[in-house]
Amino acid sequence: MSEDKKSERLKRLWDLAPMFVEGTPHAKFLGIKFVAIDLGRATLSLPYNKKLVGNVDTGILHGGVLTALLDQASGLAAVSSFEAAMPVATLDLRIDYMRASEPGKTLIAEAHAYKTTRHIAFVRAIAHDGDVNDPVATSQASFMTTARSMKSTVSPLVRTKAIADLPPATEAKK
Amino acid sequence: MSDTHLTEQGIAEALSQLPYAKELGIRPLLMGDELTLILPYSPHIIGNPMLKALHGGAVGAFLETTAIVQLWLMGEPKPLPKPIGINLDYLRRGNPKDTFARAVVAKQGSRVANVRVRAWQDRYDEPISILHGHFLLASNPDANSGATSDVKSDKK
Repeated sequence: MSEDKKSERLKRLWDLAPMFVEGTPHAKFLGIKFVAIDLGRATLSLPYNKKLVGNVDTGILHGGVLTALLDQASGLAAVSSFEAAMPVATLDLRIDYMRASEPGKTLIAEAHAYKTTRHIAFVRAIAHDGDVNDPVATSQASFMTTARSMKSTVSPLVRTKAIADLPPATEAKK
Repeated sequence: MSDTHLTEQGIAEALSQLPYAKELGIRPLLMGDELTLILPYSPHIIGNPMLKALHGGAVGAFLETTAIVQLWLMGEPKPLPKPIGINLDYLRRGNPKDTFARAVVAKQGSRVANVRVRAWQDRYDEPISILHGHFLLASNPDANSGATSDVKSDKK
């Protein structure tokens, strides 16, 4: 790939990536923040939030929160690994939980799409709370493209409208 | 096994210990000793608004919660088991509607259990996602001395 083309792709990714997080209702709900992007690499963070705890006695985050964060970061790395930045769906995701995250600390997820074929991306990710050498969890996932290009989904307006058009919840939140 | 927690109310109490599960609106449905958890649809669990597809992370968290509550239901009520390693397969798109999940404990050792969980929407035979994984069971304080012993200590 020529340097020009590469920097053009990168520029487009930096424009697109924050919206990929912001325009994902569940990522927004969890408070996931965009940190950085590169070709085939993505970093996201998640500030500590009491609502996301998995055990009230310890204050440790629910394992599912890590699942969501690693899935989101890995998905973004997968998107960025395709030349046309195509949207993806998770095929499978394996997570190893090394230790409990420290209550109060921000989680960081770094994902790397180390191999991409025409429609499939293979991604490894690591979640830590400050020291990458002391991981909280690691994951291995594969993603499949769901459309030919991201064009139709990149427009923030279209995405905002799609979010507004979502059906209402099936029951009132208690 | 104590039966005191084998009620929907008992399970709802266990779920209330998991604020994230509560935020997702997860609630139990108990038929005899068979537990089904329900993840009610809500716009904030969407992952792709263009496809109106549920977020893989929310579905994953739901499956994991089902495994944890099922293990909790089968053992002593406290504390909750912890995930060690889980595998999630996403088979079908999660549509904007309620999702159900049931867990089967494939093997229960004294410290580690292997659990399989299925999540479905319209038809049980068409799961949207499947989990299998290992969970660390809460150690009994009396058995702490054995916590570092060999894995083959299932008989207690």
